[in-house]
Parts: sequence; structure tokens; C-alpha cells
Amino acid sequence: MPDVQSTVVEFVNKLRKRKIEGSQATAKYTVELLRSVISHQRVPHANQAAALIDAVKAVGEQLIAANPVELAVGNVVRRVLHIIREEDLSLTTAAMGGLDLLDASDDDDVDNCKGIGFPAMSAAVVAAAARSTLRPPSLQTLLEGTPESATVPYTSSSGADSESKSKSADKSSLTRKLKHDVIEGVNQLIQEIAGCHEQIAEQAIEHIHQNEVILTLGSSRTVLEFLCAAKEKKRSFRVFVAEGAPRYQGHLLAKELVARGLQTTVITDSAVFAMISRVNMVIIGAHAVMANGGVIGPVGVNMAALAAQKHAVPFVVLAGSHKLCPLYPHNPEVLLNELRSPSELLDFGEFSDCLDFGAGSGSLQVVNPTFDYVPPNLVSLFITDTGGHNPSYMYRLIADYYSADDLVM
Amino acid sequence: MGAQKKPAAAKVREDSEDLSRQRLQAILLADSFTTQFRSITLERPKVLLPIVNIPMIDYTLAWLESAGIEEVFVFCCAHSSQIIDYLKKSEWYTRPNPNLLVRTIVSHNSTSVGDALRYIYEQQTETSQIQGDFVLVSGDTVSNMPLADLIQQHRDRKKKDEKAIMTMVFKKQSRLGIGSDQLFVAVDPLTKQLLHYEECNSRGGDFCLDKSLLDSTVLCSDMQDCYIDICSPEVLSLFEDNFDYQHMRRHFVNGLLVDDIMGYKIFTHEIQSSCYAARIDNLRSYDTVSKDIIQRWTYPYVPNIDFSGNRPVKLGRRGIYRASDAVQSHTADVGASTVIGYGTKIGNGGKIYNSVIGNGCCIGSNVVIQGSYIWNNVTIEDGCEIRNAIVCDGVKVRAGAVLQPGVVLSFSVVVGRDFVVPAYSKVSLLQQPTTEDSDEELEYADSSSGTADHSSGLNNLQIESKASELGPDGAGYIWEICDSAHDEEWKHSVVPIPMDKLADITGAMDDDDIEDDIVVPPSGELKSDTDIINTDANDSYGDFEREVEEEFLSAVEKDNKADIVIPLINSHRLAYNMDSADCAGAVFYSMMRLAVKSPHNSATELYRNAMGVITKWKGVLGFYLKQTDAQIEVIMKFEEMCQESEELSPLFAKLLPFLYDKDVVQEDAILRWGEEKAGADDCDKVYLNKCESFIKWLKEASEEEEEDS
Repeated sequence: MPDVQSTVVEFVNKLRKRKIEGSQATAKYTVELLRSVISHQRVPHANQAAALIDAVKAVGEQLIAANPVELAVGNVVRRVLHIIREEDLSLTTAAMGGLDLLDASDDDDVDNCKGIGFPAMSAAVVAAAARSTLRPPSLQTLLEGTPESATVPYTSSSGADSESKSKSADKSSLTRKLKHDVIEGVNQLIQEIAGCHEQIAEQAIEHIHQNEVILTLGSSRTVLEFLCAAKEKKRSFRVFVAEGAPRYQGHLLAKELVARGLQTTVITDSAVFAMISRVNMVIIGAHAVMANGGVIGPVGVNMAALAAQKHAVPFVVLAGSHKLCPLYPHNPEVLLNELRSPSELLDFGEFSDCLDFGAGSGSLQVVNPTFDYVPPNLVSLFITDTGGHNPSYMYRLIADYYSADDLVM
Repeated sequence: MGAQKKPAAAKVREDSEDLSRQRLQAILLADSFTTQFRSITLERPKVLLPIVNIPMIDYTLAWLESAGIEEVFVFCCAHSSQIIDYLKKSEWYTRPNPNLLVRTIVSHNSTSVGDALRYIYEQQTETSQIQGDFVLVSGDTVSNMPLADLIQQHRDRKKKDEKAIMTMVFKKQSRLGIGSDQLFVAVDPLTKQLLHYEECNSRGGDFCLDKSLLDSTVLCSDMQDCYIDICSPEVLSLFEDNFDYQHMRRHFVNGLLVDDIMGYKIFTHEIQSSCYAARIDNLRSYDTVSKDIIQRWTYPYVPNIDFSGNRPVKLGRRGIYRASDAVQSHTADVGASTVIGYGTKIGNGGKIYNSVIGNGCCIGSNVVIQGSYIWNNVTIEDGCEIRNAIVCDGVKVRAGAVLQPGVVLSFSVVVGRDFVVPAYSKVSLLQQPTTEDSDEELEYADSSSGTADHSSGLNNLQIESKASELGPDGAGYIWEICDSAHDEEWKHSVVPIPMDKLADITGAMDDDDIEDDIVVPPSGELKSDTDIINTDANDSYGDFEREVEEEFLSAVEKDNKADIVIPLINSHRLAYNMDSADCAGAVFYSMMRLAVKSPHNSATELYRNAMGVITKWKGVLGFYLKQTDAQIEVIMKFEEMCQESEELSPLFAKLLPFLYDKDVVQEDAILRWGEEKAGADDCDKVYLNKCESFIKWLKEASEEEEEDS
């Protein structure tokens, strides 16, 4: 417990001082930390899920408060809470099915046994129907349910002692199974976050065609892998990269693209509108995708989206599932922007005399925002690790990943 | 189990070795040993004063932690118990598994940086706390620069040269009136070694520099010392050996620069433009650094980020930071670049611009707060005006009171109703310590600060009898301003620089620029000499003209003949080394001046006066008109006088033929003057056009003569 607490405090400090940059890195750190919290948490015999949820919520609130602008933290916390709720629901359903089977074994009549077989089958069908909307880990539970029903007839001749033994064994196994299943779910989430690049890149072949010109902004690992995957499939196309002043992240992306063999052209941010008429598609990575389909991306991306709309150029957003945010832009918890230091724009030494507020003299103020918000009507297509989606479909996709109870923490 | 323990023990041993080898340490001086904030620091240490609602020491410790420092020794002198109590409650002590170890060293006898470092050296011999290089900073430093690379550079330099014992950090800045003295620094451009360090109290002051340093030296006057030093252990031993070293810069740095025997060297490092570093050493820099923090130059140490356990306030539009539970009336107007703390209430019709409001403040209705710093738990009642002031914790400003610019209200002061606090006043519940005024120039610590607690009881009794200084219901003393600092009180305050002072500073900078021109290489010097010669020449011709005029007028009064006047004018000509043409111009000028000064009622009379003067004194003028060039000079002089005088202007067309008739000016001269003027601009052809008919007549006359011959 002290070890987990120190790890939490250390991660909170890094978030507070903005030392971890990028949604994917933040999401990875967060989900690994929450896995440690879950594995070290002592679970009581009753209400195991509630204890886990409370522990994850307590840590999650600290993480979200440390850096409110990084929405990936809240996304991952809500995903983990959703996993806990799902596993709890599936285990509860399986336990109810098991109890019914145990109750059925009390009768000795052959006719009754045959008749009870049908209600057991009905319960299994109901559980299977309920699980049809759940995620792949639940299938494992479904398969495990069948051996239980198969073994029940063999114990029907046992006495009361064997019945009580079976019940206590079931309880302890249920307890260990919940935490185990939750950790398995979190592990799959970790793999999902780590592998979202490959999943998105696999779809590049369907969207990038021969001799096309692609415009991109910001430095996104997802965009880089997406474009390189199309390159590997023998697509010959060119990439325009906006340089992304004042941090010039576009320079880094251009260098990587050239190293991977792509034809790359760097343009200034103000040249986006001038070059948009030659562009076939705009592809950007997102910082976050809101529930209404809006996008929070690197600064300047809204200008590119407006230019693309003006020239009828498709605007494609690549986003891993960890960037899907269940909040809306108008939620008060959402901070859409972060103002960084003006020293990235101006040399402090040369402009320090303009910063004085002398009597009668004008004053210089420098604003350096980090993000831009793109409304959903400007987005043509979202490409996530589960495929391409329309902006109007994002709320449905988000409903699959999050529980309604966790939206307000 | 036994096998598992051995690798763990080995790992612990390796970690211990790595920790001892790479441990980064810092010494934080929690006392500035100056009296700039005296009216406030009598009751609270300077490092605990809030800047944008967060104590100064938290900025310094947060920066040291993120810069990779692992252990900080906080040296406490004045009010050490307050600092220790604060640190114990703060995040630096209560955080589990901290990255930064904070330890305190207490000494009540130190009165300077030198005393502090000597005390640490004595402690060093007993406890060996400081291992290797360390960073020496003051507790009022606000920075976000990385230190790891700088420390590594210092260590690499130390390996090559054992005499490199310190690296100072400088920052380029072009601010006016920063409050501190202008700094002149000489640096070797190749090795970045510091060669000269001097503070000039007045702008445009001179300083001496060793001639041998001028070979390859970069001389900077736009640098600011950040007072961040990377030191080797020799620094401590040097302070121990030289017990007269008190001031870090004035004694230690200059002592090492002057001392050639030991050969110790100091190097410099200039901050990149993306980093920020500043020290709060007076009220002016307090104001400047506060505004830099609000403008986010110190990112990530900004009010809306929790970097030291502080509660972040939310950043809204126009750079307004507002706490989530601040209560603000809908008719209150909060302007840009303003910070409002937690639990603060603002009444109706308030106007708050460019200010920082702390936590738990209560601001009434129709209050104007502009360019001010209101600290915590301050009560400002209705109708008050506060401009460019600092109001400390627990102050009460009664209704209708006015704080004029530059006021500093210390803790728990009460300003009476409708009272007007004079500009630049310092108000405190404690009486002004009078015995320390003579020591102020030495910049020692307040010896009375340790006894402030004892005397506060007595002062409370005295307060009741002298409460009328701040109005009937006020409480506190208005400190008197020292006579020497009266003219410069604007320099060390949060008031914006007045316009006339700004003009003076700008003028001083212009003078500096002119002085810089004088120092240019020899070609520039020759140019300067040429300018000087030209200036003298112009002045001497004016003197000559006046001398000739005086001589001519005296001749007119005495009614002398031409034979007597000509030698007198010749003596002046020889004295001033003039040509005949110059004499002719001067004499003609005198004649025309005489004609103008004679009484006349109309242009006709002036024309007659001029003709009379020319007729009478043409002999003197003719003596100098033997050459054509001299005659052209007279015509041009006449033209020049007509441009200056409106009366003479109409006479030009008449007098030129008269001069020709009297044989003063020859035909060739007039024709040549006409030819020269033909190629001039239109504005210079005014008088040529007037004489065009006369010149035509002259040409026709000469043609007739040729035909006749």
C-alpha cells in the first residue's frame, strides 16, 4: 500500500508539472498505475466491485485534478471503472445461474430432474443473450459456465455437506475471479492503447490513393504510422506538413517522414489556406475527441479544418480509443486550452522593455495557446482502432466504452 | 532467502555509491541581508511573502526540485522559527517519498552572505553535509531554467581547470528602471570567463578597465545578474580564509577578479531566451516579476498550475485568474491580468485592474483597485481607492480611504475612514527603527528583527496613544522617508515609472549611445576631429563678420575715410585668416545692415538709403572687389540677405543695376552669376528671374559693342 501511494504521488507530480506530454504516453502511464492500485487493493467478501470502484475513483480524482487539460487521464480512469462494472455484472449473472443449478440438484425425482433441465437451459440462453453486447473477456465466462452445468448432475446424489462445501468454494472462487478478470481486462486495455497505431495504420490502404497530396499538422505518432503504412503498400503520394509554430512540432514529423522514405514538403502555418487547393485530404491526430464529435487538436487545426471545408477537401481525424472523451465541450470540467509560456514566441531579453507598464506607455501581452477546438460539422471522418466512423456516430461509440455512472466523478 | 538477500544488498550498495557521486545539492539563503522590504520584513521573513499569492520560497524550491536538485539546505537567519514552521507544514516535508530533501540551518548571528557561508563551512567540518559542487541561490529567486546541464558544464570545466570554482548565471534584458544598478560585465567570448564585474550607481558613469583586457573581450551593459551560482567547495573555504568578505558580488567576485596570486576563475552562463530567471530584491522587481508570472513567462510556475501544494486558480479570458469560490458581484468590473484568490468577496461597482487579490479578502462596493497587490484576509470597505500599493495580511481600510501611489501597508494596519495616505508612504504597526539608518548603506540585516516580538507589546501600548496618524479610527505609524532616498523613491516602488523619469532614463541611454560612438576605432576618431574643426570654422566666420560690422559702424560714426577703414579691416582679415571674397561679403553685409537700420518710411526711402550708402562707401568695398570671384561673392551675399530680410527683397532688381552703374560689380561677374544660377533649382532662381530683363539688356549691350568694334 505505501508503495502504490508513493507511485501515485510521483505520477501526480509529473502530471502537475507537465512533464509527461502526449495523450498516448499519459494514457499508458495512467492505466499501468491503476492496474497497480487494483492489484494491491484488499477486497472484502461483500461488495468487491464497490471497493475497487471507490479505490480507482479516489486515485482518478487526484490524477484528473493534477492536469485538467489532459483529458486522456479521465478517459482511462473511466474505462477502468467501466471494466470493473462489466466484470461485476457478468460474474453476478454467472453466480445466479450457478445457484439455480445447485437448487435444482436438491430433487431426486428423475422426471423433475429432466424437467428442471429445461429451466437451466433457459437461464443459459438468457445469460448468453445478455452477454452478446459485452466485450470478448465475457465470452470466457460464458464458456466457463457450461462445465458447471455439465458437472452439476454428477453431484446431485450428494448430501447437505457436499452442498455447503460447494457453496463456500464458489464464493472464494468468485472473489478471486473478479479481481483476476478485472486485471485481465485492464491488461487488454493496455495492449489496446499500445497497439492502437497498428490498428489504425491497417486502414491506411483504404483511404490513401495513388498520387494524392496529404496535409497534416502537429507531430502525431498515429499519423506517422498511418502514412508510413500507406507508403509500405506501394502508394506514391506526397505529404504537406505545417511547421506548427512556435514549438515547430511539424519539423520533427517532417524529419521522420523523410527518414521513412516519404515525399515531404514543409509549409508555414499561414500557408495552409494557400496550399489547401492542391491537397486531396487533410489527416490530423487528435488530442481528444469529445462526445459530440468535436476534436481538440494542436493549435491551428481549426484553421485547417475551415480551409478544408471551404475547398471541399476531406478532413480525417485519427484517434485511438483512449482519446474518446465522454464529456461534451460545454461541460464545466472541460478545459479546452492551456496557455504555455510566451518565451516560446518571443525572446524575453529583447522584449523585456515592452513588458513594463510605464505610465502612459502601451503594454505588450503574449498569448501562447496549445490546443484548438474543431466543431464536428467540419470533420469528414473519424478513423479509430475499430474502423471509420461518422462524427454523428461518436456518441454511440463512446457509450460502448463508458458507463453512464462514471461521467461525473 | 539467503541468496535473494545478497543481490538486494549489492543493489543497495550500488545505489549508495551512485547517490554519493551524483547527488545534486543547493544552498538556499532565506535571508537577503538587505533592508529593501523592511517595513514588511520586521514581522515576517522575506521568503514567506507572497508573490501572486504563493510564498517566494515555494517558487524557488519547486524550481530546484524540477531542475534535479536532490537536497536543499535552507539557511535561516531572521524569523527562522517562522520559516521552519512553514516548511514543516508545507508539501516539502509532508509529501511521502519526496524527490527533494529540505533541511534547515539556523544561525542568528549572521549579518551577511559571507557570515552565512562561513557558518555553513563550520558546520561542514562537523557534519560533512555538502558533498562536492552545489548551487547557491537566494530564497527570492523565481526561475524555470534547467540546471542539470549547467552543473555538468561546471563539473567538466572543473576537471580541466581546477581553478574554475564558480559559474554565474546572467540574463539579457533591456528593461528601463528595473530598480537595480546598471551592470557592466567583461567576458572572454571564447571561454566565457568573467573578467570584470562592476555596478554603476548612476547612468553614464565611468569605470576603469585594465588595458590588457581589451584584446579579446565582450563588454556588456545590458546584462542582469540572476544571482544563481554553481559553486565548488573552494568557495566556502575562500569565505573562511577571507573573513572580510561580506557581500557576494562586491567582495567575493571582485576580490577573485583582482587577486592574481591564487588564480581562481569565475565563469559565466547566459540564459537562453526560452528560460526565465529573476530575483525579487526590491519593490520594483516585486512588481515586475509578479507581472511576468501573470503573463506566464515563468510557465509552469503559473497561478493555474499546482506546483508546490498550492491551490490552483482557474485561468479565464483576458488573462484573469479567478478562484472557483470567489464571490464577485455582477456589477463589479475585473480587468485583464488580475488574480482573485479563494474565499474573496467583491462588492457592487468595484473596479479591479492589473492587481492581485489574495485569499479571504472582503472588498466592499465602489472600490477602485489598480496595479496593487492585496494580500490575504484584507478588508477594504466601501468607496476606497487603492492605486499601485502593497497591502499586507490582515489590513483594514475603512470606508472612503484613499491610498495614493506607492503606499506599503504592513500587517494588520488600519487606515481610518476617509483618510488619504500620502504617496510612497510605508505604514506599519511597529515604529520605524531609527538607530539602523546609519547602517542602511552597509546592507546588514536588521538586528532589531530578532527583538521585534519582545517590543511588540510595548508598541501596542504606544499605538493607542498615537493612533491619529491614520485617522480617528486608524492604527499604525507612517514611517518617515530618508532624505537620501527621497528623490529616488519612485525607483523602488510598484508605481509605474513617471513620464519625466522615463524621459530622463531614455535621455541617459541616448547619452550612453553617444559615448559609445566616441569609442569607435581610429577612423571614427578622425571623423570626430573633422566635425570639431568644421564646427570651429563656422563659429570663427560668424565672429569675423561681427568684428567687421563693428569696425564699419564705428567708421560711419567717426566719418572716417576709406583709407583709414581698409587697414582696420585688413587686420581682422589676417587675424581670422580670411580671403578677399570673405572680406567683400562681410563689408557688403555691413553696408546693407546700415541701410536697413537707418530710419525709413517706405521702400523708396530704403532704396535711397541703400544708394547713398553704396555711393559713399564703394571705395572700401571696391578695394576687395578686384577679382571676379569676389564680385560674385557679393552678389550671392546680397541674394542671401534678401532671402532673410523681407524689406530688401523687392530692391534686388533695382540695386543690382545700380551696383553695375557705380562700377562696383562688373558685367562679367553678373553674367557668370547668371550662368551659375541657370543650372540651379527653381527655388534658387527667384532673384535670377527678377533680373532676367537686366541680364538680357547686358547681353544685347555687349553684342552692340562687338558690332560697333
